[in-house]
Amino acid sequence: MSTLIETPPVKHKREVIDRAVIRFAGDSGDGMQITGSQFTNTVALYGNDIATFPDFPAEIRAPAGTLPGVSGYQLHFSSSDVYTPGDSVDVLIAMNPAALKMNVADLKANGILIVNSDAFTENDLRKAQSKTNPLEDHSLDKYRLFAVELERLTKIALEHLGIDAKSMSRSKNFFALGMCYWLYNRSMEPTVRWIDAKFKNKPLLVEANKLAMKAGYSYCEATEAFQISYEIPPAHLAPGFYRNLSGNQALALGFVTASQKSGLRLFQGSYPITPASDILHELSQYKDFGVMTFQAEDEIAAITSAIGAAYAGALAITTTSGPGMALKTEALGLAVAVEIPLVICDIQRGGPSTGLPTKTEQADLLQALFGRNSEAPIPIIAPATPSDCFWAAVEASRIAVKYMVPVIILSDGYLANGAEPWKIPNVDEIPAFPVKFATEANSPNGYLPYKRDPLTLARPWAVPGTPGLEHRVGGLEKQDVTGNINYEPLNHENMVRIRAAKVASVVQEIPDAVPAGDAEGDLLIVAWGSTHGAITAALKAQRAQGRKIGHVHLRYLNPLPANLGEVLQRYKTVLVPELNMGQLLWVLRAKYLVDAIGLNKIQGRPFKQVEVEQKIEEILGENSR
Amino acid sequence: MSTATLPPITPLTKKDFQTDQEVRWCPGCGDYAILSAVQSVFPELGIKRENFVVVSGIGCSSRFPYYMNTFGFHTIHGRAPAVATGIKAIRPDLEVWVATGDGDALSIGGNHTIHMLRRNVGLKVLLFNNRIYGLTKGQYSPTSEFNKKTKSSPFGSLDRPFNPISLAIGAEATFVARSVDVFQQHLKETLKHAAAHKGSAFVEILQNCNIFNDGAWFNLTERDARSEHIMQLEHDKPLVFGKNRDKGIRRKADGDIEVVQLGNGITESDLVVHDAHHPRPSYAFLLSHMEHRPGFPTPIGVLRAWDDHPRYEDVMNQQIKDVIAKRGPGDLAKLLRAGDTWEVK
Repeated sequence: MSTLIETPPVKHKREVIDRAVIRFAGDSGDGMQITGSQFTNTVALYGNDIATFPDFPAEIRAPAGTLPGVSGYQLHFSSSDVYTPGDSVDVLIAMNPAALKMNVADLKANGILIVNSDAFTENDLRKAQSKTNPLEDHSLDKYRLFAVELERLTKIALEHLGIDAKSMSRSKNFFALGMCYWLYNRSMEPTVRWIDAKFKNKPLLVEANKLAMKAGYSYCEATEAFQISYEIPPAHLAPGFYRNLSGNQALALGFVTASQKSGLRLFQGSYPITPASDILHELSQYKDFGVMTFQAEDEIAAITSAIGAAYAGALAITTTSGPGMALKTEALGLAVAVEIPLVICDIQRGGPSTGLPTKTEQADLLQALFGRNSEAPIPIIAPATPSDCFWAAVEASRIAVKYMVPVIILSDGYLANGAEPWKIPNVDEIPAFPVKFATEANSPNGYLPYKRDPLTLARPWAVPGTPGLEHRVGGLEKQDVTGNINYEPLNHENMVRIRAAKVASVVQEIPDAVPAGDAEGDLLIVAWGSTHGAITAALKAQRAQGRKIGHVHLRYLNPLPANLGEVLQRYKTVLVPELNMGQLLWVLRAKYLVDAIGLNKIQGRPFKQVEVEQKIEEILGENSR
Repeated sequence: MSTATLPPITPLTKKDFQTDQEVRWCPGCGDYAILSAVQSVFPELGIKRENFVVVSGIGCSSRFPYYMNTFGFHTIHGRAPAVATGIKAIRPDLEVWVATGDGDALSIGGNHTIHMLRRNVGLKVLLFNNRIYGLTKGQYSPTSEFNKKTKSSPFGSLDRPFNPISLAIGAEATFVARSVDVFQQHLKETLKHAAAHKGSAFVEILQNCNIFNDGAWFNLTERDARSEHIMQLEHDKPLVFGKNRDKGIRRKADGDIEVVQLGNGITESDLVVHDAHHPRPSYAFLLSHMEHRPGFPTPIGVLRAWDDHPRYEDVMNQQIKDVIAKRGPGDLAKLLRAGDTWEVK
């Protein structure tokens, strides 16, 4: 039995289990994201493997208590490997009838359901469009229902502080959090520390939140509401130091690392857009690393200022989501034409147009590949997990400056906000990629801005201020080597082919595709980006049943790994699961003439493991083992 | 790194700023005169050639960088101020000039123009205003006069034109001036004033397009009428104009201005004395609006040159220095291990 628990042993039964999925759901104003991330932080610090899925509406405060205002935070934590936030939940905390209604379908039969019974008045039920009171109509009979007066109990705990009723009510999420800490035998200490730091200028709030949390914990202790509590031992992760990391944080840290490893000043031009803004928030804090963040007047100025910064010798990036990507299109073409290093992060969200700002999707792949006028190829990297975003940022930066090209990183809302434990790398083991600017003429006739490196086809990078290297670049077609404006037919074809060959030559940076699972067999799953977890979990489960399946997760989408065509031939069927209408599928079918089939979900939500498994069974037959 | 204030060892000449590229403007275009003026002024600024960057957008005027033997960047339509802002942010020591036109700066790039001006980025902006889209062969522009008949407005344009000077002053630009392509000496002097300004320097250059809008500024440039319609501004001098310098601008009791005839007891001492350095933009705005009023002249010269506001690139870099001074230079290993961490053994 764990010795970490603060309270003396009690008569409750304690059960050691391998994993649990918990979801906090409430009104946008109920603090569910804070509650969820605090619980996450605590279990991660304890050593569990985790995956999270924050799911919130685009509206900051939709009308309180209504269905569109429901905000949720799901966490899967375990003593063994975690690949997804979980298909269904073991414990659901619902702060009001709307949250209950929107989430209860995902709760497992016999799952624990904690509801704030104070929020089930007639008025609350009406706002949630519930005709009857679910606490009374037996619709919840298949769950272990705990109707707790969160409002009233929190008030009792905080009464003596002399704060107003509204402020007291605001602490009720901490009461619920305290209950969950008891339920999973976790120390409240990390959250106490967080509360102390977060509200350090508001001592009353510190006191209220701490008291509410402790009251929740003690409530479970005293009332024997739950007859059982759970213990999930630490996971067996590789030795090292760990921290929790979301995809957007990881990108920010990756770019600071790339800046340090390249010796270039980092410049970020960005315009606020969900779900990419956190990268700007994060990087704007790192001025002590010389990071220059520029909140531009629009998406176009965001990328063009970055192009200017790159021209002047910076490691320049711009961060956005689909609608912003659309606005940056023309400038991307300029970066291709002037052959300037730049990294563009597209944190994909549901579309078209404004679409689903806070929901995830993978439907910008073809935009990233082709969404520019004329022939304008750009290398694309797609991180597979939140922490992989760190490495994607470093890798994209390295390729951009080595090949003098813009590089696109395709992340998505799920990676951006989802978190996982990250093994902190040893800084000294991350390879440096120092950049050398041109300092002298590269021909007897002076400086030739488009004279290329034979291996990478990169042109030299001569920054303004370098004596003798004065030259002009621009978006007009130019002659290779000299860079002089040139409209001749054959020159244009030559330049188009050179730009394409340069991007194609990035393949020398890309490792061959090595399938996870079976190296040949009945089915190959080819996928990219944030679907990695669900597919990995499905693959494991299906192979355990004896099916012969491989999985290639493409991290580089342009160019593709050199051996991919050959790998595709090793399997009878190729399945491409994507959160879009079949964009990678389209590319693979076109490029490799393979009769691949798609699994497509366009609901603003990630795949569930079961959805992938069902498709596998549909293809291979229930009994084909 | 900055060499901006040191004179180069060998004095540069106009020729040093000419390129081997064939100039592809129409013969007779006002742009030639502007190119010549800029090539004459640059060597006089005491700045090394490699520290000049000329950035442009799209349009006839935006071919400018190709003809200047400096670092040059011909970008995309309307975006030159944003590209130039990125350059300045990283290299505040560089002397960055933007060449743009009425369509480029005021139509497709209007947003970047006003934001560059409000930020006071240390850029010199030359707006070639010919009141027409030349490179697309003759559509009306945001500065075309109302009811202008062009290829895209055969029955007359319906748009009220922008006054570029008013717009720049409205965005609280710290330096706003106007000159004319054919007034070579005045143009050069104006460019020198712009060069001397630290923050954003916005120069509208009235320019003729002899192909699609010939005589764009005829009423101002025509020799006989010139001095009747133009008022040359000089700091600390009274606002006088007219062939015989016999007209001036006087303040009215209500704060407005009026045109008065000198003589009959009215002397220059009754006139408004030009104050380009006034911290508030309202006086310059009043001047910029004169040309819309019957009987008033069009002002040229420096309307506003108030240089007490910090440059954007300087405060950007200073903020970084301040944070480093306070926190010390960033330590990457520490950054990656920030926040709550745990060890797995």
